[in-house]
Amino acid sequence: MRIIVLIKQVPESTEVRINPETNTLIREGVKSIINPFDTYALEEGVLIKERLGGTVVVMTMGPPQAREALQDAIALGADEAILLSDRAFAGADTLATSRALAAAVRKLEPYDLIICGKQAIDGDTAQVGPEVAEFLDIPHVTYVRKVRELEPGRAVVERMVEGAVETVEMSLPGLITVVKDINQPRIPSLKGIMKARRATIPVWTPADVGLPEEVVGLRGSPTAVEKVFVPQVERRGEVIEGSPEEVAEVLLSRLQSVGVL
Amino acid sequence: MEYFLTEEQKMIKDLARRVARERILPVAAELDEREEFPSQLREWFGETDLMGVGIPEEYGGLGGGVLETCLAVEEISWACPGVATSYAANWLGIMPLLLAGSEEQKQRYVRAVARGEKLAAFCLTEAEAGSDAGAIRTTARRDGDFYVLDGTKQWITNGGEADIYTVIALTAPEKGPRGASCFVVEKGTPGLGFGRKEKKMGIRASATREVVFTDCRIPATQLVGREGQGFAIAIRTLDRARPGVGAQAVGLAQGALDRALAYARQRVQFGKPIITFQAIGHMLADMATQIEAARALVYATARTIDAGVKDFAKESAMAKLFASDVAMRVTTDAVQILGGYGYMRDYPVEKLMRDAKITQIYEGTNQIQRNVIAQELLRESARKG
Repeated sequence: MRIIVLIKQVPESTEVRINPETNTLIREGVKSIINPFDTYALEEGVLIKERLGGTVVVMTMGPPQAREALQDAIALGADEAILLSDRAFAGADTLATSRALAAAVRKLEPYDLIICGKQAIDGDTAQVGPEVAEFLDIPHVTYVRKVRELEPGRAVVERMVEGAVETVEMSLPGLITVVKDINQPRIPSLKGIMKARRATIPVWTPADVGLPEEVVGLRGSPTAVEKVFVPQVERRGEVIEGSPEEVAEVLLSRLQSVGVL
Repeated sequence: MEYFLTEEQKMIKDLARRVARERILPVAAELDEREEFPSQLREWFGETDLMGVGIPEEYGGLGGGVLETCLAVEEISWACPGVATSYAANWLGIMPLLLAGSEEQKQRYVRAVARGEKLAAFCLTEAEAGSDAGAIRTTARRDGDFYVLDGTKQWITNGGEADIYTVIALTAPEKGPRGASCFVVEKGTPGLGFGRKEKKMGIRASATREVVFTDCRIPATQLVGREGQGFAIAIRTLDRARPGVGAQAVGLAQGALDRALAYARQRVQFGKPIITFQAIGHMLADMATQIEAARALVYATARTIDAGVKDFAKESAMAKLFASDVAMRVTTDAVQILGGYGYMRDYPVEKLMRDAKITQIYEGTNQIQRNVIAQELLRESARKG
């Protein structure tokens, strides 16, 4: 099995501050980590490799320091790592990101399975995985909690849907995004960490993946962020007094008047 | 404090900290409550290579020394001193092999321990031979190409759980301690049995059992070193491993301080967080100061041993003595700062106080450590004339 795991480096804190001028995240002074959901994707890839043999290639797009996330991934069992990094990639929305990642994945063909986390904890869009699959014209299944069967050309997975679990058979090559129920990511080994430090990680530019600069990064992104803000939540509580019958009466008419009933 | 740790030493400390905080801490209270040896021990320390920290690279380890092992023990002990005991006792168990084992013994046993596949235990103490270790009665009688072991070892950490037992037994009982030899015995050998698991005050996640030898026949190749070297091997093993107890004490004391500090910041009495009261602040200040002094002594001792200094019995004894006394005082004060809550099992500090006590007792009581230090002082001053 040749497995490709797509990861993202994100700020460790969930309470990141936003620069009101640029509407971007303030990353200074915040430690970067592998997006937690992606650690489950990586673990699943490594588990499959350990079970069936093969290789795990981990890939990310980001600034030069995203190399650290890839090193961490090697320490956790990935065999190879590739960094997409170039000024032209900067400012990408999910579309430009997945276009770049998909182009890079094509260079790694043939492969059996691409695994992504269900979403990143900073953007929370959950779009990149499915978009990569669309660009590659391969099937994808989201919110996978278990890989039940896996063989060349075919997989059976369980996906979480609201209030139920769906079992899906898919053809391979394909892409899955995983939820945290799928496994418990390991802690790296000391030898793994040492190996990761010595690893050479190639850096690919748009030219390396065969894309013109106009279709990647900010220029290739149709999304424009107007404003990022924390919504003001206004809640009003009201105590309705009286006997149970009176209270029920008032509540009923109130709910009817606002159209809930 | 800047301890000038190398990149590799920091890496070991960081990884041990991650395992301690992410894996061990969440189950520590439950292991203590149920007096349960963690079945995850091999996963925690084997799969992360932490088992191999103090083992030379040629036997599959990381090639670290006493300091690297102390760094790991300290971090593990922060989360659970009981688990740290099992980890450190494993290292103690293979120490005779590292110090005096044949190449074949090291390849066979040490390598398996480094990979986390096997766990080791060191068997010296007996019912009548505690501080007076020379009074052991377990015998090893030569019989052709075999030795036959008979006797009972007491309070053996990892007893029953370990796969490999290094045992000090008398091959020439008439010679006393000079007639002692060291052997390595595998679990499953006929005649090797285990007594009941002891019910302990603290370090309850560790397994402590009698290890019983009844007509236990082992090949003569299981002798570690030569006949008559057993006692010397045991002393060298303990001298080398003793800073590990110091590191365990430092780690658990730090754990108690961190928890007391967190509590003192959030506990409000008389309208203010109690940390703002000088009585509490001064206690915390004393705790932190003592811990730092203990840590500095433990690290310096570990470095002295790793540097290849020949005589370090005094320093080793000092590190264990000082750090364990600090751990007892600091954990007692931590319970005091948490007050009534500190006395309750719902909070972790009473456990640390129970756990701390053993560090003043095992691997040589603190009274024996003082004997060692005093003897060395006498010897040094006599040498100077």
